[in-house]
Parts: sequence; C-alpha cells; structure tokens
Amino acid sequence: MKIDKVPVKGLSSKEYEKALKISWDPVLKYNWDNGKAIGRYLHELKKGRIIARVCDKCNRIMIPPRMFCEYCFRPTDRWQYVKDTGKVNTFAVSRVYWNAQRIPQGEPPIIPAVIEIDGASEGMGLLHLLGNVEPEDIKIGMKVRAVWKPENERTGSITDILYFEPVREKNPPKAKPAAKRR
Amino acid sequence: MGMRKVAIVGAGITKFVRRAQETGPELAYQASKMALDSCGLKLKDIEMITLGTAPDAFDGVHMKGEYLLGGAGGNKKPYIRNFVGGGTGVFAPIHGWMHVASGMCDLCMVVCEEKMSSCHPHPQGAFLTIFDHTTEQPIKPTLIWIFALEMKRYMETYGLKPEDVARVAVKNKKNALDHPSAQVAEELTVEDIVNSEVLADPVHRLDISPASDGAAAVILASEHVAKRLTDKPVWIEGVGWNLDTAYWATKDLYYPRYVEKAARMAYDMAGIKEPHKEIQVAEPYDPFDYKELHHMEGLLLCERGEAARLTAEGYTARDGNLPICPSGGALGVGNPIAATGLMKVIEIFLQLRGEAGKRQVPGNPRVGLAQAWGDLMQVGTVIVLKR
Ligand SMILES: [Zn+2]
Repeated sequence: MKIDKVPVKGLSSKEYEKALKISWDPVLKYNWDNGKAIGRYLHELKKGRIIARVCDKCNRIMIPPRMFCEYCFRPTDRWQYVKDTGKVNTFAVSRVYWNAQRIPQGEPPIIPAVIEIDGASEGMGLLHLLGNVEPEDIKIGMKVRAVWKPENERTGSITDILYFEPVREKNPPKAKPAAKRR
Repeated sequence: MGMRKVAIVGAGITKFVRRAQETGPELAYQASKMALDSCGLKLKDIEMITLGTAPDAFDGVHMKGEYLLGGAGGNKKPYIRNFVGGGTGVFAPIHGWMHVASGMCDLCMVVCEEKMSSCHPHPQGAFLTIFDHTTEQPIKPTLIWIFALEMKRYMETYGLKPEDVARVAVKNKKNALDHPSAQVAEELTVEDIVNSEVLADPVHRLDISPASDGAAAVILASEHVAKRLTDKPVWIEGVGWNLDTAYWATKDLYYPRYVEKAARMAYDMAGIKEPHKEIQVAEPYDPFDYKELHHMEGLLLCERGEAARLTAEGYTARDGNLPICPSGGALGVGNPIAATGLMKVIEIFLQLRGEAGKRQVPGNPRVGLAQAWGDLMQVGTVIVLKR
C-alpha cells in the first residue's frame, strides 16, 4: 500500500471566523471533598504548618499525606510535622497562564517549582511557586522557605503559602508577592 | 504464552490540521474507511473495534467513545474505548492486539481520533483538571509548566544546552516535509528554535508540537487471516505498558522509569535482548523535543544522557544508524494526541514494508518500535513490530 493522499481540510483562522458554529460556555461547579488526609493537611496549612503521614512498614514520610500506602497497600500509621523549608528540585520561568494565554509584557513571570520538603522522605516534592527572587539567581538545589499569608487571610488551601523564597543569611524585607494569577 | 500471532494488515490516516472542517466522527470515518480500503475489506468483515481518544474536555463531549462510535464503524459491534492520556495512541493497538491474540476475533479495527480545536481560548486550558484538584489546581498550573520542570531537570542532570535539545525539533520538522499528513513541517535552524518565543523557560514555542485535529486507523488480523489478506503482514511481536504514581512531584523527573518498564515488557515478549542493536527504526513520542531524547533513554535505545550527543552526530537522522521519528513525529506531522500514537505505529508498519516513500529509511529494516507517553508524566506504552 501507499499513503500519499490524505483527506481532511483545516480552516484558516479567517474561514473559521466565518463558519457557522454553536458554542457553549459551561457553568459548572464542583465541590471536591478532601478526605481525611488532605482535610488535615489543609487545616494544618491554615495554622502555618505542613503535615505528612508515615508508613511504618516502608518508612516513607509522605506529602501530600495519604491514609493508605500505595506500595505496602495498607493503612498509613501516623501524622508527622515536616518543615516549611526545602530545596528546589527543578523550576521553570513561565510567561503563560494556565490557559496558555500570555502574561503581559512588563509583568513578572510566574516561577513554578518542585520543592523537596525538609523532613519528608527523600525526593518528596510539592508543586509550588518561587518568589522574592530574580529568575537568574535560582539554582537547582537551592534552599528555600515558605512565605505564608498573614494568619487572618488563610483559608486552608495550598495557596496559604504565597510562594517559597530563597533562604538567605539575612533576608531583605518582604518584597512583592508572586505574579497575579487569573 | 499461549497467545496467537497478530499482524497489522492495513492502515489509514487523515491530514493533521488546526481547525478541521470535519467533525470528530467524520475524521474517524475518513481514517477507518482508508484503512479498510487499504486491505480490501468491508466494515462487515470487521468483528471487533477498539477506539482511542484523549480527554473528553478537548471536544467538550462527554462519552466521546460513544460519540465517535458511528465514525469508527462500531454500530452494533463489540466496541470499546480505551484511554491513558497521551499514551492512548499506542495503547489502542495493544488493546486491539488483546482482542485478536486472545482468540476473541480474527479481524479487529483500531481507530484513534482527536479534535482539539473545539476548545477555546486554547486546548491547554482543558489540561488544568488533570492536576490534583485540591493540592495543585489552586496554583493554576498548565501542562507546559510540568514539561518545563521536567525538561529543566533533565537538562540540568546531563548539562545539556537548549541547542542540544532543539536539534530534535529541527530534525523532526524537516522529516515531516515528506509526510502527506504533516501540519507543521518546515526547514528550520537550531537558532530558529532557541530564539522562538519563551513560553515557560526552558520551553520555547518551537520546542512544542502543535494542537491538532486528526485521525488514524489500522486493521489487525490473526495469522491465517493476515496471510490471506497480504503478502506483507507486519507482526506485533511485543507489547508493554506501565503507569507510575500520580504524585508526579515525588519522583525524579530526569528519567522515565515507567517507560523503561513498559519497554522491557515489550522486549521480553519480542525476545529482544539488546534493544540498541536490534531495534532498527523507532518512533518514540515527541510532544516536546526533549521528550524524544528522554524516551530514547527510557526505551534503552542508548545510554542515559547520550541521546542529545547521538542526535547531534546524525545517528538518529533518517539515514543514520538508528533513525528516530522518520515520520516527522508529533513535532512535525502534528499532535492530535491519540491519533499521533497510531500515526507512529503506522509509520513503523510502512517502514518495515518498505512503503514509506520519500521517508523510507535505508537498510530494509525488519524490527521497529513505536511508543507513546502521557498522563501526569506517568504512562509509557510500547509496541514492537517485525516483518
Ligand atoms: Zn509503605
């Protein structure tokens, strides 16, 4: 057989504008239950602490916490606080929002990172943001600490941590928050 | 293992485009019809059908398998959809292989379809809900971020520069100039890639495959039926798949262990001991340029950290020692997710039959591999083909 001619036509953006089409902006709302492990995790975030769950069989100290160990396939055993410091496992300097729309020129980038949390098992990382740092000064392996929202503004969410900032000998005064998000 | 031999005997594919005029079912129909015609079969000859298509959120159609049923020829037949994110396009023929290898049927059609252009302002937005709803979505991540995070970790581990990675995009977009389905085939330089718009450093716009609409289909047959239908059956000798944890930030992203596990499963079944010597042409999944390198390593086609150097030396060019993505890959042909994986299987099918036209790699290859990848840096799906 030979495949040299293939069907299907793509429309130019102009043709697409003119084409008849039906559209729908869904208005849906989901309320997601947290379960026991994440429920406690969120309560602790509200208090400015990060909590893990420990499996005494494989000795993993796990964040986010979970009520069962996926490897030992048994209930986890106990709660354990971990630190709100860690090190940068990897990071990126983003010029796009979640929907791929561009961050306007002149506004700072968003800097997502995987942060390995001190006190959790080796390699246990969280997705969060870096702030109060110039992108060119970030290094993989860099020590960072959580910058929390003021207590009265916390809602019991991962965003109660505004971002992680480098641990410096002497920290400069708290600077601008991370880039605004849509 | 007590399983029957299964061959690919026919294939069909549409053009990959942005904003297809055709609906999803129409895309599926075009590819399916071409696949049937290619081996002289009618829909009534097909006993069972498997369908692969990625997130419902792209189309905004819930129950996409059922929506595509008619276009995939599935009315009143044993028909089932499978879905493992970006890994779907290679899992779908594995799923079809199960149907035939088990003895459940002699002829199974495998159809993969994707229409990403229905989602606005950009299909990337539909990916928000793949992240954990409580611990990650409030940070408003995009899929581009986790690619950027993984790419950074990979580059840092081996000391790679953006140019080392960009060569993959240059190669694949150029290879795609010879593919009739290609959406973004172009002759570009490494400078064009590294100087393109930064989306999430280290990811630039031209490091990424486009959003696409398209479909592909293959016909699978048991041994006795395959030999009746064609002189050139291409046998599915090995299949493998594997999923790693959904806590993606808790594993080291520099190396895809789950891809290695999937590959070893397929190699064991195919009796392949030294994949870097025995695989003669490969189509690893390349939604981003660094992913081709990452996957070559995970598939044990080279040593860890060596893929970029081999690419620079021309080892992976169409006329190199081990041609990688001679089709032009997702980076050049386009990336209608599930259809891309099956496009890769079709490319190896054509290469092993010596029917890839201008894309034909030299040396009459007998053994090839296609791989897809997806979910949250989580799944590897691998198929080994031999003639
Ligand atoms: Zn355990």
